[in-house]
Amino acid sequence: MKTAVTVAKRIASAVPSLVGVVVVTFLLARALPGDPAAYYAGSSATPESIASIRAHLGLDRPLVWQFVDYVWKLAHGDLGISVSSGKPVLEDLAVRLPASIELTGMALLFALLIGLPLGVLAATKPGRLVDHLCRLVVTVGAAFPTFFVALMLVFVCYYKLGIAPEPLGRLSEIYYTMPPPVTGLLSIDTLLAGDIDAFRGAIAQLVLPSISLGLFALAPIARMTRAAMLTALSSDFCRTARAMGLSSGRIVFGYALRNALLPIVNILGMVFSFLLGANVLVEQVFAWPGVGAYAVNAVIASDYAAVQGFVLMMAILYVLLNLAVDLVATAIDPRVAYDG
Amino acid sequence: MLGLAALLASAALMPVAAATPKDVLIEVGEHGPNSLDPMTPAANELSQLVAWQIYDRLITHPMKTLPDGKVIYDATKFAPELAESWDVQDDGKTLIFHLRKDATFHDGSPVTAEDVKWSFDRAIAAGGFPAIQMAAGTYTDPTVFSVVDEHTFKISLKEPNKLAIPDLAVPVPDVLNKKLALEHATKDDPWALNWTRDHDAGGGPFKVASWKSGDQIVFDRFDAWKSGPLPALKRVVYREIASPGTRRALLEKGDVDVSVGLPPKDYAELAAGGKVNVIGTLMQNEQFEVDLNVTLKPFSDKRVRQAIAYALPYEAIMSQSLYGRAEPLWGHDPAKPFEPKWPVASPYKTDLDKAKALLKEAGYADGFKTQLFIDMSQTTVQEPMALLIQESLKKLNIDVSIEKIPGSDWFAKMGSKSMPMDINYFYGWLDYPEYFFFWTYDGKNNSVFNTANYVNPDLDKLTAEARFETDPAKYEALITKMNGIVMDDVPRVPVAHLFSDIALQKNVKGYMYWFHTHLDYRFVTKE
Repeated sequence: MKTAVTVAKRIASAVPSLVGVVVVTFLLARALPGDPAAYYAGSSATPESIASIRAHLGLDRPLVWQFVDYVWKLAHGDLGISVSSGKPVLEDLAVRLPASIELTGMALLFALLIGLPLGVLAATKPGRLVDHLCRLVVTVGAAFPTFFVALMLVFVCYYKLGIAPEPLGRLSEIYYTMPPPVTGLLSIDTLLAGDIDAFRGAIAQLVLPSISLGLFALAPIARMTRAAMLTALSSDFCRTARAMGLSSGRIVFGYALRNALLPIVNILGMVFSFLLGANVLVEQVFAWPGVGAYAVNAVIASDYAAVQGFVLMMAILYVLLNLAVDLVATAIDPRVAYDG
Repeated sequence: MLGLAALLASAALMPVAAATPKDVLIEVGEHGPNSLDPMTPAANELSQLVAWQIYDRLITHPMKTLPDGKVIYDATKFAPELAESWDVQDDGKTLIFHLRKDATFHDGSPVTAEDVKWSFDRAIAAGGFPAIQMAAGTYTDPTVFSVVDEHTFKISLKEPNKLAIPDLAVPVPDVLNKKLALEHATKDDPWALNWTRDHDAGGGPFKVASWKSGDQIVFDRFDAWKSGPLPALKRVVYREIASPGTRRALLEKGDVDVSVGLPPKDYAELAAGGKVNVIGTLMQNEQFEVDLNVTLKPFSDKRVRQAIAYALPYEAIMSQSLYGRAEPLWGHDPAKPFEPKWPVASPYKTDLDKAKALLKEAGYADGFKTQLFIDMSQTTVQEPMALLIQESLKKLNIDVSIEKIPGSDWFAKMGSKSMPMDINYFYGWLDYPEYFFFWTYDGKNNSVFNTANYVNPDLDKLTAEARFETDPAKYEALITKMNGIVMDDVPRVPVAHLFSDIALQKNVKGYMYWFHTHLDYRFVTKE
């Protein structure tokens, strides 16, 4: 009951920021350079054809009316039609968001599996070999641009060694059949459909893009884990535990890690939301039909409806993600709930 | 580390992808269609690729083989498609088309003259690009189209026009299933444009099996197609892959059959590598050039324009930005008249002394400052080229700054005619020099492509005359004269005649160049 009230309160407090997002994205989209009407009139455009497209897009009306129209449609769940894809924006996002979430989730999982143990080890043996290794991995991961890593992985694993499947999106539809969409996450949908081969195909497609993206997330996770673990290990309760003769495993994983998890969860939330929007280069290299590439194309084409829809969706996601992070934090450390 | 190992292990378990099936073609390109029908407002260029495969037109062109073995469409000849035969009467004012009686749409309903009339009316009513393309054939008034009987369609023009027939073979006057489309028409959308945007209403050799905008489109063969020999391919998958590096790797690895839209450097390397076939056909009616705005100082002075034409580093542009995937358009012998064709080589070549003398004569011996505009979506080719030009003009004390314009703003920028210098190209669907001139040099039409803002009433008069001249000798004399004017005035400095490049697996045969530059799946076979 108490949790429900907290959730409701948090959601309510997000309403003003969402209103702000709606207004700002509307104005920002129109401040983009370029004239969408001229863009879509394309080759052999004449002033008349540009004017007719402008009228068709409703861009010849005063800004205020365009805004009223936009809000009215938004209230009815209509995000408008993307001019560059020719489909309703809501439909586009609904198809593309799961692809991005699946990729980002996998990347985060990869980063966690490497970053967390590395950070913990580095903290238990500061200044030793493993600490330097941690620093090296983190620096390399953060220093190489994502698209470079992505292209390198394609070159080595797909082109040279042939151990990875062709970088052609989420599932090769030539060899597998798409499962009926339930969650939109192929790794789950294929299992629901009982198609093990397709599941394997979908996971195989995920490996390289997840690693490319995950390397980028490795740095904050490993560093944050190390720092949080160092603080926890030097705290009074760990000293006491050590004095009581508890095993070092018990101290590190049972006491220190549990306390260090709080900042780690917070950083995870941040990294996740950041990766979700920032994975455009990985998406382009692997032909991944996600939201990042969609948003960039929309900006380039001055596709107002798509840009607005994307930013609004990201804003809502941030709100939900923050909420989830807070709830998890409460579960880890009950003291957090009293602060709120 | 366990996680990584597990992930990699699952990847290694992938079935080793064999060569793609024999009757399935996989093509990869940078962009895909945003509509299945070029009539919808804001439909992009790729919608024409779709229309070419899923719709029939009344007539088409046969193919011909060039001396070098390349296969292209024959622009001067026409072949039956939906129309079995046609009669030209009244000196070309009346055109009567006899439709095949057995042709059906994808839903099985027969194709009638009523469908043709409705489709053509629609292309005019759609406005924008389709209406302009129809106007090239002087189809501006839907009353010229009439239905004689179920399988006879008539066009009655006020005046004969040599583009009337060629304009029926372009992917705009496509024949749609009127009855099917009208079932989805609404009061606001009487031509069902919103429905055909994502539904197939055609009767062409392929039908749309599935389409995910921004991802891929799949075509299946229409087995009951009657308007030509049945295609060998049963299925074609066109995938959108933004990264050219990935598109190239997929092709070299053998996982896709065709890769289009690669940078010239990749085509040059692939051609040299010899693992795949690279076919480069000179584009029809095309010129790659540097525009000089004749209404802005100092380019309003002809001598300055000629000086620039003598100062461009042609050889370096050809090797370092185009990687030889083009033919030179410079160095024509000034003593000889221009050939009556388009494009033709300009009489200029890199000669800095001549350029300096011309600038001095014009009063710009100390040089000047100017801007060179390029299209951001074309930077792979245009940025190195712009840098080479900047470097070369510096020797004449001309200080060039390079401005990159985002793709979305490029057409607006062209239309504003405010760029002193820009890199540009244009190609015409219809292969007539005066058609190119009409779009690019004509001051009366002054279309968005006349970036140099060139207005010359004498040239406009010649262009209009050439359009309706029927005597071949007089026509050729007109074109030679027109070429002489634009080469002397140089509002646009010709640089190169580009290749339309495509890279295919060695076992993929039957590629043929079309004016729209898209791949025609009908003739493609895999060995």
